[in-house]
Amino acid sequence: MDLQALWLTIRLALLVAGILLVLGLPLAYWIASTRWRWKFLVEAVVALPLVLPPTVLGFYLLVAMGTRSPLGRWWQSLTGHALAFTFEGLLIGSILYSLPFAVQPFAASFAAVDRRLLAASATLGAGSWRTFFRVVVPLSWPGLVSGMALSFAHTLGEFGVVLMVGGNIPGATRTVSIDIYDKVQAFDYAGANHAALLLLLLSFAVLSLVYAVNRRIWMVSPWK
Amino acid sequence: MEVRGGETTGRDGVLHVDISKRRVQAERSFDLHLACQVPAGITILFGPSGAGKTTLLDCLAGLETPDAGRIVLGESVFFEAGHGINLPVQDRRVGYVFQDLALFPHLSVEKNVEYGLAKQEGAERRERSGVLLEAFGIAHLRQRRPREISGGERQRVALARALVTNPCLLLLDEPLAALDAATKSKIVEDLRRWNQTHGVPILYVTHGREEVFALGERVLVLDGGRVLAQGTPHEVMTAPRIETVAQLAGFENVFEARVAAIHADRGTMTCQLAGGPEIETPVVRGEKGAALRVGIRAGDILLATELPRGLSARNLLPGKMLAVTQRDVIVEAKVDCGVPFVVHLTLAARDSLQLQPGREVWLVIKTHSCHLMAR
Repeated sequence: MDLQALWLTIRLALLVAGILLVLGLPLAYWIASTRWRWKFLVEAVVALPLVLPPTVLGFYLLVAMGTRSPLGRWWQSLTGHALAFTFEGLLIGSILYSLPFAVQPFAASFAAVDRRLLAASATLGAGSWRTFFRVVVPLSWPGLVSGMALSFAHTLGEFGVVLMVGGNIPGATRTVSIDIYDKVQAFDYAGANHAALLLLLLSFAVLSLVYAVNRRIWMVSPWK
Repeated sequence: MEVRGGETTGRDGVLHVDISKRRVQAERSFDLHLACQVPAGITILFGPSGAGKTTLLDCLAGLETPDAGRIVLGESVFFEAGHGINLPVQDRRVGYVFQDLALFPHLSVEKNVEYGLAKQEGAERRERSGVLLEAFGIAHLRQRRPREISGGERQRVALARALVTNPCLLLLDEPLAALDAATKSKIVEDLRRWNQTHGVPILYVTHGREEVFALGERVLVLDGGRVLAQGTPHEVMTAPRIETVAQLAGFENVFEARVAAIHADRGTMTCQLAGGPEIETPVVRGEKGAALRVGIRAGDILLATELPRGLSARNLLPGKMLAVTQRDVIVEAKVDCGVPFVVHLTLAARDSLQLQPGREVWLVIKTHSCHLMAR
């Protein structure tokens, strides 16, 4: 078992889930509340990673991170090294790749909050921030937990994007899924099995959490 | 113009409204042109469904924006189209009790009532909410969630939640619709007592003709998005022009119709409901093709799950169940007979008939239960 790869994978997945919570909440709230007619385009862009081959996303990310692109040059001038084939680059790729897994459950649970409750909150003097944190978030927390757990689990298992933008650098970009691939290539089936079994159990545990959270809400408060 | 939000006191704050709003909905567009003045005290807002009552309240609260005009309460300008003034909802200090109450399901009764006191210190917050919880007889429910208390208790919580903020204007959208008469008058007494010390304009929406006389010092009659009349209940409700509206408001079922045939010898005529079936009604003056409105009380309609035979009633309309909802002790059934009918049943009747949506049913309506009104 490659503990270094395991630790790196978990760190990556936790960071992705955390950052997607911060980035995904406002984006999802905007999607759930705006009446802008071109909103569907934004929704389509958010959903792209669901259908796009990871290699396509990875390829464009690699190009965008290269020193010939403005982003790559800006990063280079800021940090002194390139973005591709680093943990940071991998993080950016993973965030984009897991975006729909966070934003879609967030937006769906926001949209399910009764608009009359938001109106009631406003007439009681609450601004939009207070309404968001006192009414919207508490009433949609199963969706928030689901979104974070799904983006965590999805990041655990990603392979294509990692391979394209991260390569296989131990301690920096070598994740468990890459490790499994390497072991199979090297005919180390026992080692691959250990790592694979661990990912399987971890993913199962996280998904059980998602369904347990949603089931509890359904069973305890049939509010209608 | 000076714009002031939070600081105005309720006293002597007369509400001046002069707004227009156009709404385009799926089937019909709707024009609202309202001009009225509402002084302190309870003013009943009365009119048939679709008259614009809720739209008016939403505009006053700031939940909807009028297309033109102005809304002023005392010295504070809520809305003025020409000057681009539109005070945000949260700065208007308007108490609003919604038709469906909109209590926060995840908060206890106490937290619901304290919600509007975010700017107060903890101790003051508890004291102010405590006073109202006591006054409305719901102090023992403090820790309960809204779904754990009865309908009447929920209405009190909603009222207490709106009053605790000391609003400058109070909007009540059929707040007591589902309550029995005794509970209702108790709550109205509480409301009156509260307003003796606060003196703010209270707009109280109702459908019920009897409530107009029981509650209001003043009544504002709306129909088709216009103010039809305003004054004391006695002045307004007996004026002939208003009688149509007043009558109309007492009917759960109101249909546009045309006279299809007149049978003067039998004292009846046949009316074609717009988009629906023909029904037999008492004869009135009017000729074939004349447009009128037919009102039928939900309680005057019989509902049968098999084709009834040998009836004296002349109207037997086949239909399909749409939905069954319970409002306190009344069960409201919606039936599609080409046009949607509302039928009131008892709980026992609902249980014995097994009225699931989609079921074939027949409505039985006596000729003389069909009330005709001019348009």
